[in-house]
Amino acid sequence: MNKDPESTERRLVLKRLGQAGLVLGGSGAIAALGAFSSGRWRGDRKLATIADHRVEPSPGSALAVARGTDPARLVRASLAAIGGMERFVRPGDTVLLKPNMAWDRTVEQGANTHPAIVAEVARLCLAARAKRVIVAEVPVHDAARVAERSGIRKAALEAGAEVLIPPDAGFVDTALSGATLDHWEVFAPLFLADRVINLPIVKDHALTRFTCGLKNWYGLLGGTRARLHQDIHHAIADVAGAVRPTLTVVDATRVMVRGGPTGGRLEDVRIENAVAAGTDAVALDAWGAGLLGLDPFDIPYLMLAEGRGLGSIRAGMGRIEEIRVGA
Amino acid sequence: MSAPSPSALPLAPPEKRKGRPWYLPVVYRRIYQGFFLALFFVSLALMTDQGVRLFPVRIFFQVDPLTAVGVLASSWLLPAGLAAAVIVVALTLVFGRAFCGWICPFGTLNQIVSWSTRRLRRGPFREVNRWRPHYRFKYLLLIALLFAALAGSLQAGLFDPLSLLARSFGSGIVPALHSLLPGGYRPRLYAGAWFTGAILIALLAANRWIARWWCRAVCPLGAGLGWIARAAIYRIHVDVSACTECTLCVRDCQGADEPFEGHRVSECHVCLNCVASCPEGVIRFAPFVPAAVPSGGVSIPRRQLLGAALSGAALLPLFRASAGSASAPGPSAIRPPGSLAEPEFLARCIRCGACVNACPTSALQPALGSAGIEGLFTPILVPRRGWCEPSCTLCGQVCPTGAIRRMSAEEKGWTRGRSEVRIGTAFFDQGRCLPWGMATPCIVCQEVCPTSPKAIWLEEAESLRRDGSKVRLQRPRLDPSLCVGCGLCEAKCPVTDTAAVRVTRVGESRDASSSFILRRPS
Repeated sequence: MNKDPESTERRLVLKRLGQAGLVLGGSGAIAALGAFSSGRWRGDRKLATIADHRVEPSPGSALAVARGTDPARLVRASLAAIGGMERFVRPGDTVLLKPNMAWDRTVEQGANTHPAIVAEVARLCLAARAKRVIVAEVPVHDAARVAERSGIRKAALEAGAEVLIPPDAGFVDTALSGATLDHWEVFAPLFLADRVINLPIVKDHALTRFTCGLKNWYGLLGGTRARLHQDIHHAIADVAGAVRPTLTVVDATRVMVRGGPTGGRLEDVRIENAVAAGTDAVALDAWGAGLLGLDPFDIPYLMLAEGRGLGSIRAGMGRIEEIRVGA
Repeated sequence: MSAPSPSALPLAPPEKRKGRPWYLPVVYRRIYQGFFLALFFVSLALMTDQGVRLFPVRIFFQVDPLTAVGVLASSWLLPAGLAAAVIVVALTLVFGRAFCGWICPFGTLNQIVSWSTRRLRRGPFREVNRWRPHYRFKYLLLIALLFAALAGSLQAGLFDPLSLLARSFGSGIVPALHSLLPGGYRPRLYAGAWFTGAILIALLAANRWIARWWCRAVCPLGAGLGWIARAAIYRIHVDVSACTECTLCVRDCQGADEPFEGHRVSECHVCLNCVASCPEGVIRFAPFVPAAVPSGGVSIPRRQLLGAALSGAALLPLFRASAGSASAPGPSAIRPPGSLAEPEFLARCIRCGACVNACPTSALQPALGSAGIEGLFTPILVPRRGWCEPSCTLCGQVCPTGAIRRMSAEEKGWTRGRSEVRIGTAFFDQGRCLPWGMATPCIVCQEVCPTSPKAIWLEEAESLRRDGSKVRLQRPRLDPSLCVGCGLCEAKCPVTDTAAVRVTRVGESRDASSSFILRRPS
């Protein structure tokens, strides 16, 4: 074997060039990955828009209240009274459920929607032959822990729904076209849904005096949503005006009367044993405000929402017939 | 084509030795190394609520004799889990530094890098891979660390290979990889991630010049095991009479222990490459063979040992005389819930970063300067990065040394309206606060306050706008008897850089001297 010094040198040069190429290429690939993931490569910034998820207004009662001790039966009874889930969910639909699942609290503490209510609504959707039921929320506390400790993840999975919390999905810059909020980051699963069902819980709140369905939409927002409290009534009306759910089912099995919306002590919670369902989001919030002894006309965001045609405060006030559901 | 005659070949291939599957020990070693490396990363990944129930995630730190001896020396206590270190001591008494060559995940990473850069280290094997006098440094470092621990300052974790690797990955490499992934809604950011990560990368890069330089020259755990290995039953033995001095055994030697007649047993990682590579088959790994050289092959001048011991012992008074150290921790040295009082905490914390790695909100961060130089890389809670989740007690569950006490969510009490466990107190910065300073409504801190009743309450007030009009709003106030210092208010405050409400260490329950109000109403 005759070793030609020149050819060895050439090989060495090629080898070194190859190594340098690998290093440069590798770092280029890392940089490109970084650029792609941060979205810098996208030039245009198009805002998404949220579809109107409402169905035609019901000819009968727009609001039904059921009382009793079994949350699942209350859901069935109140929904049956407004025409059953089949009225709202078509076969093949993807349905998004938005419970209040924001806090590191257990069921008894009444800070999150009762898991049995979430599960029962999911079952009814699937019974109406929905293709897919998604439970989505952007919790305030640590998302994974909240999903676990609220009991909602387990109950929803058992009912056949899926649970999406950050970082399972990202956020989409979305047009809200409101009086205060032009656009905001919205949790992406909302855009998968044909039908949207709001599953709030009635609680005390220091700034708005109470929280129920309309404020519950904050839980689908990203960004620094703490900023939204500076003009909270307009902000709530803006977000509620943009989402427009198919249906609202209010959990009033437990009502947090003090220390909301986080609570903690069981003394802060009153057992109310009620569930209300309906298509009029404003009426349902007015009903919830009544449970806390508040006059809904004193709540500025309800007035704003009514002014925008999102519903009627009066429809949720006064004597509403209640369905008694067994002992 | 005629076959070339045997004599024309420049070199005959080495004859296969009969009856000895020469490759086996090395293959076994690689399987063990791969297994333990994977297990180490699995144990880091399983530091979650579900994971800690599936796997003893602290196991690597608990079997580490350097951690056990260090904690014992500094706190005069041996937390139960650390007794597992006798397993590694026993292993070393039988097989020598097999932990270094077969188990240690940092050793394996070093070996992978040194193996892939082996062609860059040119020259005669005996020269390139020789033992160098500066390899004695690890013994001096070990002595200094042990004497510092005896004096009461546990610094062993800074140089412990398992702590170093866990820390570098948890708060350096993994967050760096995270930053490349698309669409995280809450990026995991760590103070000094570049620094913790760069230390690891630099140490691995050192392999390009000297194979396993960390293990040979710096690792205090390796030094301690090497000292024990001098009494090991199994040793490398060279039949000098049959050795042809081809030096092939030195080529892939991991420890630079030079398996010749004067084999340095305290440096040997028991990689068994020499046994596999000896063409004459005269190197054996066998029990009860005579020691090759006294003192394990490394002698250290007594004056150097004394110097190392003195410098180690001198660390403590110097540290404790420094303001912002254990004697008077700084305001941002907020420790995880359940932490021992500062001096006891520092006598136990090995800076392994397990708690930092486990913290679900990445509130726990390795301290760079805020816990003093003595507390470098110890965990502190940085509320701007995250908050202490009310029902979470993971940091105490993954702490291998009991620097953070194990407790249940019940004991922590934050979800039940109790505040016996407190890690600090929140204070308002009225100039930055929207209702206080800018006549703008905001109650976010009160909304998220998790205690019950809420420690943050709202004072109804009338405030003047610039145009002279009046606005009614609610101003947040703090009830120090209820605040637990969780940091949710600071984490969620809409003033996004320096928050208008900030938590400092004062009022923490672990240390009575941190009290600042005379009486906490019950």
